[in-house]
This record gives sequence, structure tokens and C-alpha cells, in this order.
Amino acid sequence: MIALVTVVVAATLALASPQAVTPPPVSAIVVPTQRSTADSILEARTTEVAKGLRCPICQGLSIQDSPSEISQQMRALVKEQLRAGKSPDDVRAYFVSKYSEWILLAPEAKGFNLVAYFAPALLFLGGLGTIALVVRRWTAAGESAGESAVAQGAVAADAGQSTQPD
Amino acid sequence: MNWRRAALAAAAAAPVIALLAWGMTRDPKEIVSPLPGRNAPEFALGVFAPGEPPLARKVGDTIALASMRGKIVVFNFWASWCLECRVEHKDLSFVAQQNASKSVQFVGVLYNDVPSAGLEWIGKMGGQAYPSVLDQGARTAIDYGLYGVPETFVIDASGRVAYKHTGPIPAALLQAKIDSLLAAPAVQSPAVQSPASR
Repeated sequence: MIALVTVVVAATLALASPQAVTPPPVSAIVVPTQRSTADSILEARTTEVAKGLRCPICQGLSIQDSPSEISQQMRALVKEQLRAGKSPDDVRAYFVSKYSEWILLAPEAKGFNLVAYFAPALLFLGGLGTIALVVRRWTAAGESAGESAVAQGAVAADAGQSTQPD
Repeated sequence: MNWRRAALAAAAAAPVIALLAWGMTRDPKEIVSPLPGRNAPEFALGVFAPGEPPLARKVGDTIALASMRGKIVVFNFWASWCLECRVEHKDLSFVAQQNASKSVQFVGVLYNDVPSAGLEWIGKMGGQAYPSVLDQGARTAIDYGLYGVPETFVIDASGRVAYKHTGPIPAALLQAKIDSLLAAPAVQSPAVQSPASR
């Protein structure tokens, strides 16, 4: 028992001693940090591109969100191309050249595609205008009806006064 | 009834209804491939299933598109888990055998599958007349804009995609495409993608 305790204490001291745990050189600390920063930037750029590319076998999912094998393979390819120095636009252009513009979850803002960008805002404004117009008409109709009712009431009151016996 | 208002409402609703009606006629899964008419993406893939004589290739050989210039290449993506691949399998092997003496090369590509499953499937299906290759990481599949299996590409003698077929390809259609390319390989006009069968 005493021997076991001695061994444990010796092992603990050995692990705790400065000689046992040699501090890594400064370069060894800096390089992984730089690498992890570069990796996280690459990962963020990959995610940004992958979010805009459609999963070919899903309904309305991006290759970033889809767990399917082909989506993961496409995402890996996106990462590889970005790592090789291609820009996000280059990577998107590659996928468009293979799958057509269908592969983009959001159509490019040019030509007929502009309808998709502006139509919702125009329809919203048109709807607001229509509502405003209808409300204004209703209000005007209500006011004129009220005025005419008041006027009719006044006429009736006058008539009543004139028919009352003195 | 206020006919003027009714006409205005109908005129406003008509384009929306027309757009929705047009949308109902479209298959959301149908993708018009941009590849027909363009140079086929290059590939160099290793054989895992040898095929049968006279079209057999050794396991481990590399089949490269660049080495098949001057030949018509039928490039078919398949998988052992794909039910529709069963439908076209015999047709493909039959057409490959029919054209064995001509300048036509059939290549099968295993898509997102493991070779052992592919070999077992070939055995169960009674063999495959032509060799099949492995596409690690589906890089070639993505290069060809694949979104499912089976898909078949017919590449002309100059290395251009002449035709893409989605779904099981009938033997008569495939033979007609091959014949038209053999008859006039230099003047063949780009074919359009057939309607998706899925």
C-alpha cells in the first residue's frame, strides 16, 4: 500500500514538475492560431457560398442545410475551390455552368429576374394604396351619410316644430 | 352588380392565375442541363467492374475521356440502391453489345455507392456488358451536373455532350442517338434534354 502511494505521489510530482511538461515554443503556439483563424475564415466563406446553392435532391434546401451525401460532397468541393484561391463568384459560376441558374437559391439580380426582386415591393405598395383608397372612400361615404342624416334630422325637427299647435 | 369593378378585379387577377396555372404544368424536379452542346467535362476514373468481353477492361485500369477521342462515349451514372437503374440495365448492356464492333464506348459510373454493393448488384442483374468506374467524392457527377440516377450522357467523337437523358433510357432511343452520331458526327446538332421521367 505504501509502495502504491509512493508511486502515485512520484507520478504526480513528475507530471507537475516543469521538466515533465516542456512548454511549447512560441512558434508552435502562433502557427496553430494562425491556421485556425485561416480555417475559420475559409469555413465562414464556404458556409456563405453553400447557403446560396440548392441541394439537387431536396425541396428548397441549400447544400449547407441539407444532410444528403451529394450536398456534403458539393460543400466539400466549394471549400476546396475556395481554398485553391477561387472567389465565391467563381465557385457559384462553376455550379451554374454545371446545373444552370437553377442551382442558385436566389436568382441573380439581372434581366427578367429583377421581377422577383421588385414585384413583392411593388405589389405591397399597390396593396397599401388600394387599402388607403378604399378606406378614404368609406370614410367619405360615412361622413356624407352622417351629414345627410343630420340634415334630414334638422329638416324633420323643423317640420315638427312647424306642425306643433301653438 | 358593378360591371366596371368586376372587370377591373378580373383583369388584376388574370395574370396571377395565369402564372399559377403555368407553374402547375412545370415539374419542379426537372432541370434543363446546360451541358448538351458543350465540351464534356474530362474524367479519368478507375475501373472496379470489368464488364464482359469484348468490351471488358481490367479492374484498376483508368478510363479517361481524353483517351476516347474519335469514339462515341455513352456515359451512364448508376447505383445499386437505384430502382430505376434496374429498368434500363438490360437495355444498356444490349445496346453496348450491339455496338461492340463500332466506334462506341460504354462506361458505367457508380454514384455514391460502394464497389462491393455495385459488384453484387451486377451479379444479381446477370452481368454488365461494359466496364464501370468509381467516382470518389462524386466529383465527376458534380462536374456533369448530376442530380440523381440514372442519368446518361452521350458524348460525340469530338468530346462534346450531344445528349443527356434523365431516368431510364430506352434501348431504341439510345440506339437512335448513337446511329445519328455515327452517321454525321461532325454536323450533329446539340440535342436537348428529354423530359425528366421522375
